[in-house]
Amino acid sequence: MDFDPTVDQSQLIDAFDALYAKWSTPDLVRRAEPAGFDPELWGQLTKIGALEMAVPVEFGGGAASLLDLELVAERHGRWLACAPMIESQIAARLLARLEGSAAAELLASVIEGGNIVTIALHPTRGRTLKLVPAGTVADVALALDEDRLIALPLTGPRRAGENLGNLPIADVRVPDSSVTLATAASPDFDLAINEWMTLTAAALAGLARRALEIGVDYAKEREAFGRPIGSFQAVAHPLADSATAIEGAFLLARKAAWSADGQPERFGQLAPLSFAFAAETAREASYRSLHFHGGYGFMMEYDIQLYFRRAKAWSAILMEPRRAYRLAAVRRRAAS
Amino acid sequence: MNFDPDVGGEFLREEVREFLDAVLTKDLKEKLRSTGTQHDDRFQRALAARGWMAPGWPVELGGQGRDPMEILAFNEELEIAGAPMYGPQTTLIAANVIARFGTEQQKKEIIEPSLRGAVTFVLGLSEPSGGSDLAAVKTRAEKDGDQWVINGAKMFTTNAHVGDYVLLLARTDPNKPKHRGLTVFVVPLDDPGIEIQPVFTVSGERTNLTFYNDVRIPDTLRIGDVDDGWRVMSVGLAVERSGAFGGESVRLLSRMERWAEGLDDDGNVRAANPDVQERIGRAAAENEIIQLLSWRNAWLHARDRLPGVEGSMTKLFSSEAITRQSADFVDMLGPDGIRGQGDADAPAEGEAEWAFRYALGTTTYGGTSEIQRGIIAEHGLGLPRSR
Repeated sequence: MDFDPTVDQSQLIDAFDALYAKWSTPDLVRRAEPAGFDPELWGQLTKIGALEMAVPVEFGGGAASLLDLELVAERHGRWLACAPMIESQIAARLLARLEGSAAAELLASVIEGGNIVTIALHPTRGRTLKLVPAGTVADVALALDEDRLIALPLTGPRRAGENLGNLPIADVRVPDSSVTLATAASPDFDLAINEWMTLTAAALAGLARRALEIGVDYAKEREAFGRPIGSFQAVAHPLADSATAIEGAFLLARKAAWSADGQPERFGQLAPLSFAFAAETAREASYRSLHFHGGYGFMMEYDIQLYFRRAKAWSAILMEPRRAYRLAAVRRRAAS
Repeated sequence: MNFDPDVGGEFLREEVREFLDAVLTKDLKEKLRSTGTQHDDRFQRALAARGWMAPGWPVELGGQGRDPMEILAFNEELEIAGAPMYGPQTTLIAANVIARFGTEQQKKEIIEPSLRGAVTFVLGLSEPSGGSDLAAVKTRAEKDGDQWVINGAKMFTTNAHVGDYVLLLARTDPNKPKHRGLTVFVVPLDDPGIEIQPVFTVSGERTNLTFYNDVRIPDTLRIGDVDDGWRVMSVGLAVERSGAFGGESVRLLSRMERWAEGLDDDGNVRAANPDVQERIGRAAAENEIIQLLSWRNAWLHARDRLPGVEGSMTKLFSSEAITRQSADFVDMLGPDGIRGQGDADAPAEGEAEWAFRYALGTTTYGGTSEIQRGIIAEHGLGLPRSR
């Protein structure tokens, strides 16, 4: 057991942190709204190798473990990055796991050709895919259609529907030109969704910690009744509860990510557990921090609302926490 | 970074399970439950015979040189089984304090029998009017020649009626600031000046209110310097505060999962009920986190990076989690959930009903949740001190 990142992992964290600190400041996040995508940030992420690192060496990749990606995703969430890095990494890993030339060619177009690939989190219903992450900006989406995994080209102008998190999501019609990448693909798809849940848990934990810091800083400075509001237990104690839950959310997301390789029989259970807990923790931490801003927290001008809205939207796009707990319990029982 | 289980700890778990199979009999469990006294001398001596009174102490001092990760696994296994460990734990706290601050003679006379399991120490810290303000000690110790005369009252002196000595925090100088005028003593519990009144708690566990009326002890039973008692006791309390309630939560969840394998009134397996699934899933997440927080404390400890705020977070999270879970599981069991362990028809052997009662204490002793939140807010988040 080792709770410290390795030297390589520390360098990875620092590199991404420096990138986000420059290219994903709160001002830039605001500027990327309402589209929810920042092409400049995306360019920087591809340049640093955010996609290559996620795939095996034989595809020109860096063979990062899911835990490595988790540590990066924590920073991604902390900086509210307006770029579909997690979806692209997971779609690329999914492509790398598939047999056949269609998947390999598609992966090459992503790694070498700069195409943006995403993954539809929900299977097709009728001929429609709903709420495809990065659906407005991606070139191709992977999706589960019945038991087949398909790749569908996303073409033409698409517009994000107005949504809570200013996410670049789109509802997409499945065109006849979709390519079948694999049949009997549900297990592959499930694994990808487990990875997505884990990295999203990491992003939510990162988001939650930053949101808490903003609330704590405000509570130290803002005075009421002649004292900093942070000296009132009614303010300090809920923040302490969130600080504790956030520690838990980080540890659980990291363990879930580690288990993908280290304890694969438990990954299916730990992924939704980490997702559910991080979703609840991020909602609560961002809510508390916003609320302790008083009326100012309700104003668009203050940054805390950026975190509060995404805390809910990033997780709800897949499923509510309660459903994720149920899913985990079902898998826990099946594994025992 | 990795979460590979600690190999030494896993071996030790196996040994502890075998030991408990032999020693923690059904009869003993029933005796502990029906009397409310969570202590048994024979169990303690059996534990000591395995070298498990102070497994973390160096071998040359009578321990086994176990590292903190092993100690964590050791304690968790004993908790899962519901072993009567409070007496051994308070005895170890006393032994730790004496090993650090005691005279050579005290070490020789007290530590050796403690590690043999032959004597049991209890803690005389809290007072009827003190609560979380542990330093607000009113019990007085006054010097009279080479003796001390003790007068006062202590609350929650658990096991006083079966223990041999109380590690007592008393005020020796009322004119000094609150934390300064305190001193630690070892007081034999068979002194005629000590009166022990039973106090029964909601969990069925018995604790005690103890009165000290002109109790005379020699100065040789003073531990550490006069008026240095706060520092002396802090050593022992540092051990108590890092405690989690992981084992109890693990046991609770496993009993609930066993219950969920049964059939409901309509003949469906309960585990297929989404409501049951959600409650089990939520508890499973909390239990993972309790274990991760506890592991990290032990891991930090093993590297001499003493957990401070992390220890408070572990205590807060684990005690609040079992409080929440136990209420949630009583609800899950339906109306029968109110049946207790003494009722043969109780679902899940009355475990949820017991935990619902037991959890009440966990958010209080060893520093209340409010005290822990204060520590986290002040030392973890850098917020101004709040009262």
